[in-house]
Amino acid sequence: MSTFLDISNIDMDFPTPNGPFKALKEVNLKINKGEFVSLIGHSGCGKSTVLNIVAGLYQATKGGVILNSTEVAEPGPERAVVFQNHSLLPWLTAYQNVELAVKQVFQKKMNKAEMKQWIEHNLKLVHMDHAMHKRPSEISGGMKQRVGIARALAMQPDVLLMDEPFGALDALTRAHMQDSLMEIQNELNNTVIMITHDVDEAVLLSDKIVMMTNGPAATVGEILEVNLPRPRARLALAEDKEYNRLRAEVLKFLYEKQRKVENINISKSSISDNETADVG
Amino acid sequence: MTTITRLTDRLMIDKSKVTSFLSWMGQASKALLLPVIGITVFLVIWSIAANSINTSLGKFPGPVAVAGQFGALYQEHNAERVKAEAFYERQDKRNAARLEVDPSYVVKIRAYTGKETFVDQIFTSLVTVMSGFLLAAVIAIPMGIWMGLSPTLNAALNPIVQVFKPVSPLAWLPLVTMVVSALYVSPDPMVSKSFINSLLTVTLCSLWPMMINTSLGVANIDSDLVNVSRVLRLSPLTHVQKIVLPASIPLIFTGMRLSLGVAWMVLIAAEMLAQNPGLGKFVWDEFQNGSSESLARIMAAVVVIGLIGFLLDRGVLALQRWFSWDKTK
Ligand SMILES: Nc1ncnc2c1ncn2[C@@H]1O[C@H](COP(=O)(O)OP(=O)(O)OP(=O)(O)O)[C@@H](O)[C@H]1O
Ligand SMILES: [Mg+2]
Repeated sequence: MSTFLDISNIDMDFPTPNGPFKALKEVNLKINKGEFVSLIGHSGCGKSTVLNIVAGLYQATKGGVILNSTEVAEPGPERAVVFQNHSLLPWLTAYQNVELAVKQVFQKKMNKAEMKQWIEHNLKLVHMDHAMHKRPSEISGGMKQRVGIARALAMQPDVLLMDEPFGALDALTRAHMQDSLMEIQNELNNTVIMITHDVDEAVLLSDKIVMMTNGPAATVGEILEVNLPRPRARLALAEDKEYNRLRAEVLKFLYEKQRKVENINISKSSISDNETADVG
Repeated sequence: MTTITRLTDRLMIDKSKVTSFLSWMGQASKALLLPVIGITVFLVIWSIAANSINTSLGKFPGPVAVAGQFGALYQEHNAERVKAEAFYERQDKRNAARLEVDPSYVVKIRAYTGKETFVDQIFTSLVTVMSGFLLAAVIAIPMGIWMGLSPTLNAALNPIVQVFKPVSPLAWLPLVTMVVSALYVSPDPMVSKSFINSLLTVTLCSLWPMMINTSLGVANIDSDLVNVSRVLRLSPLTHVQKIVLPASIPLIFTGMRLSLGVAWMVLIAAEMLAQNPGLGKFVWDEFQNGSSESLARIMAAVVVIGLIGFLLDRGVLALQRWFSWDKTK
């Protein structure tokens, strides 16, 4: 497979009152078309910064991103972003939020009826067709996140960028959303970069887990290929040997190789396989 | 309760409706009761205080005297109306008579120039404050949006705004008067110079709170929403329409309410100072008049000024409710 998204030699310096702060140093990552990649690492290491550079929302100090043989210079709908806190426009209904994106991206390619159909199709995909005409304030956190995903999917992006899409949700809702996302991914086979704090989520969803070292000057530490067959079932995998090996690898990276000394307390340093593994 | 039960049974009315009506009555009376008590106490204190203050124009007017003047002022207005109608009738007759004698005669219609009554002055002040305020809004809101969107423009204009904001608009009044009489020269002016003077003074003081609040609202939009707009590559116009305006409506309206409140206060003072038609002139004229009824008439004007100020504020609030997407605020 050829490289679809190429992040090469990225440095990121943030200006601060005490001179520049080097958040990222020489980040390199190649992603193939249709691949689902998770970014994992301790809080503040620079995951969001990487994602924002790919989105074009930040400008890298050095290096660059090439998507589909064109260099990324500014944000655009071909790199749709799902933000951590849904960021739906509170004055628009779920339908209107998706509509804003669809109108913008497909204004020349679709007529009114086709747009309507496409909006409804995407809301159906995330199981939100029953609450299409509700405002964000009238639906739950998980539902808002679903609409955010529908909005991103409706842009038909080349890459879907998700910054901790389920970070703000409770464990049950999160599991539900992960299942939904796998189901959608089976159908659409998008190229996805997802930031997560959740080791299980990373192993369950990804084709590749990119583990980042701690900042400052963070970079890609290790890349773990996940070759578990799809479709994946959460319960069956709990007993799976390969699944547990992969999970242990990630935990080892995070809690041995990249131990966050200042943040560690007793319960975290003695983390075992049956404890919930949440980073950060 | 038992009497209600018996009553409803006999009348065959839905009992729950009766009880809900009763509880509504209870709430309404509670909401009404306290203001009524407050106003009554105020009126009592006012009349006691008024009774013991002697001015060179006689006793300070109490509530009864002021209420009496409301009636008198309204009657004067009606009398003036009758006179005006009579004047126009006479004019029409005269013109018709001249046309009969000489068909080529070009009819001249003169406006009635009687004394402006209290009601006329209220109307003048209202028109002035609304026009000045609207002119200010048309300038300040787009400017505020632009300043909020562009940190560069904001940095450039902020010192100017900050310096002009605390200036009492009355300080502008002489300048405005001179500039208007120099520039507004037209043989047959559509509106009088004094109207333009008052209007511009109102505009000058309404500009700043609206501009500052609008730019503040626009500059503080949730950065995630701005990022959504960037990812979608919304055009600047769509960005303003779909994101900026709805997000900053609360602060825009806060600015409008502040502005209108200041504008109304300033207008009355400006009318007094410049002898421009309006409620301020009414107050000043009565003061100069110095009759035994003057103080009661001024007090009546004070009450009306307060009421109108209150209603203007409520009006903007209602407008905000109507415009805003969030009906709970
Ligand atoms: N705009 C900025 N200005 C200065 N420093 C920044 C800025 N954005 C991020 N940083 C710094 O860069 C580092 C990486 O931040 P980033 O938000 O990418 O971390 P993260 O891995 O996404 O963390 P989290 O998991 O908590 O979201 C942090 O130390 C942060 O303080
Ligand atoms: Mg982050």
